[in-house]
Amino acid sequence: MDQHQALLTYCLRRGDDNLILSHRLGEWCGHGPQLEEDIALTNRALDLIGQARNYLQYAAEVEGKGRTEDDLAFLRSERQFVNTMLVEQLNGDYAHTICRSFLYDAWHLPLQQALTKSADERIAAIAGKAVKEVSYHLRTSSEWMIRFGDGTEESHVRAQTALDALWTFTGDLFVQDDVDAILVKAGVVPDMAPIRSAFDKTVETVLAEATLERPVDGHMATGGRQGKHSEHLGYLLAEMQYLQRAHPGAQW
Amino acid sequence: MTDVKTLEDVFQAKVDAEQKIEPKDWMPDAYRKNLVRQISQHAHSEVVGMLPEGNWIGRAPSLRRKAILLAKVQDEAGHGLYLYSAVETLGTSREKTNDDLNSGKAKYSSIFNYPTLTWADIGAVGWLVDGAAIMNQVMLCRTSYGPYARAMVRICKEESFHQRQGYEIMGVLAKGTPEQREMAQDALNRWWWPSLMMFGPSDADSPHSAQSMKWKIKRQSNDELRQIFIDRTVQQAEVIGLTIPDPELKWNEETKHYDWGEIDWTEFNNVIAGNGPCNRERLAARNKAHSEGAWVRDAAMAYAAKKAKKKQAA
Amino acid sequence: MSENPNNWPLWEVFIQSKRGLDHKHVGSLHAADAQMAIENARDVYTRRQEGNSIWVVPASAISASNHDDGGMLFDPADDKTYRHPTFYQMPEGAKYI
Repeated sequence: MDQHQALLTYCLRRGDDNLILSHRLGEWCGHGPQLEEDIALTNRALDLIGQARNYLQYAAEVEGKGRTEDDLAFLRSERQFVNTMLVEQLNGDYAHTICRSFLYDAWHLPLQQALTKSADERIAAIAGKAVKEVSYHLRTSSEWMIRFGDGTEESHVRAQTALDALWTFTGDLFVQDDVDAILVKAGVVPDMAPIRSAFDKTVETVLAEATLERPVDGHMATGGRQGKHSEHLGYLLAEMQYLQRAHPGAQW
Repeated sequence: MTDVKTLEDVFQAKVDAEQKIEPKDWMPDAYRKNLVRQISQHAHSEVVGMLPEGNWIGRAPSLRRKAILLAKVQDEAGHGLYLYSAVETLGTSREKTNDDLNSGKAKYSSIFNYPTLTWADIGAVGWLVDGAAIMNQVMLCRTSYGPYARAMVRICKEESFHQRQGYEIMGVLAKGTPEQREMAQDALNRWWWPSLMMFGPSDADSPHSAQSMKWKIKRQSNDELRQIFIDRTVQQAEVIGLTIPDPELKWNEETKHYDWGEIDWTEFNNVIAGNGPCNRERLAARNKAHSEGAWVRDAAMAYAAKKAKKKQAA
Repeated sequence: MSENPNNWPLWEVFIQSKRGLDHKHVGSLHAADAQMAIENARDVYTRRQEGNSIWVVPASAISASNHDDGGMLFDPADDKTYRHPTFYQMPEGAKYI
């Protein structure tokens, strides 16, 4: 694999992460626990779809085969999606949804912060804009984790249950392969070690205040970066891609 | 003590002089009730209206459309919220208003009891349903109750992109493949008459209209607004090459308006009575969101209370 | 029907749209605490670049004058036009005054 190929894959990974999480959050629109919260969650989904588009547009340019952001989003199949497994997990109850976002944000913020210093100017620019959005995401998802953990007995149990269920997918966030190795060497992307410690620190602080327990690092489900997903992704794509698949070549 | 008759005269004089009525002003009970009914009905329509459109967020056919639709449905939530706030200035809490919706006691616009069957319906809803709603909303920016008027000004500012994005969807489909074109025409066929019904019964049969006009809650009659909407929309349909499903539609050179066919009021009344295609689903979805959200709202309050206590102790 | 004590209280929201301008009342919303009220205000009332700074105040903490007292509160100022600079006649040719 050369650096060009690595860059393309990396952009797809960042794009897919944000696209799939945005899609999941969009499922809440109109069904949130309180009108104010419905609006807040949709803002988050909109930030993420914006970031997804930035990365997928760049991926399309890097690829240079005339494909568009939409071709990449709507015409790749399950095994070609390279998002982390965490984001495709079902919404579940609101604690699951918040917990999934919290774990993602705790990883996403230090990553985007590091990417602002990327040797690739385009990535640095995308990250520069994303950092502001993701800072807010992490703040609000942390606050909700704390409210749930230290709220009522019921919310505490729900938050701990969500955390226990989702923890196995945190390993997939930190997987590094050839793609990363090549790009780390070129100064385009950061090494995962400092991102991991930032993640650990955030999780530790927030869970302590939330009176929640950090699950033990047991078996970690990994494979998303290689296109090996949980079964949920196929259904998500079947829904998301349906119109583009049913009407090949049509404009929308 | 001033008697009610005098108070009513003072109130009506203010209204006649185009002065806004504000929350702490004296107002006739019936005016307050009428407003609570109308504004909350309006708020419920925004919130229930999120459901048929939200139905397509997951299937929006491009990333651009997906972002637009998310932002649009989110705006509807915002509009519901502004309006619930206006209701609260009249002394009726969000919870009470919300309970009335969930119990089926309060009404919302019947149009949202129709299903969005295809992607073209998202175009039709934006173009026709929002288009019809905007007619009312622009009028309501001048309504006599201050907080309602202010909410409407904000809403109108935000709504202006809603109709355009819907019309844009229809235009693209109409120019697209034969299947897309058919999808667009079919959506127009299904949404046209319900959109006309959105303006409410004909002036002669409208129970609240006369009083509402006197109080300047409403500023234009149902039939007037409906006619303007038809005149504008027929022209827009022509531009994108779609056909309005009304064989009696004809330009009237004398009145300078379109003549048009009969609305099927039996269907309208049937949907209002709860027998539209989606009445039950819509209410069930709102009830589910509310009841499943209860523990979330409780947790936030419990945490806020704990934190306030700690702060006090410190 | 009594109100559920777990309902989020009502907050009034004031937004400063640009540095240097006043905070203006824009509406209200519900939130469990002040922090959440600020964040909800951000999400509800600044979606179109309207915001630079946010104040939130519990609605219950606001006292308002009665509009029906408007006459006695505000009309007495009507005839005191000498408080306005335009009340005074300046000789022609005087500058910078």
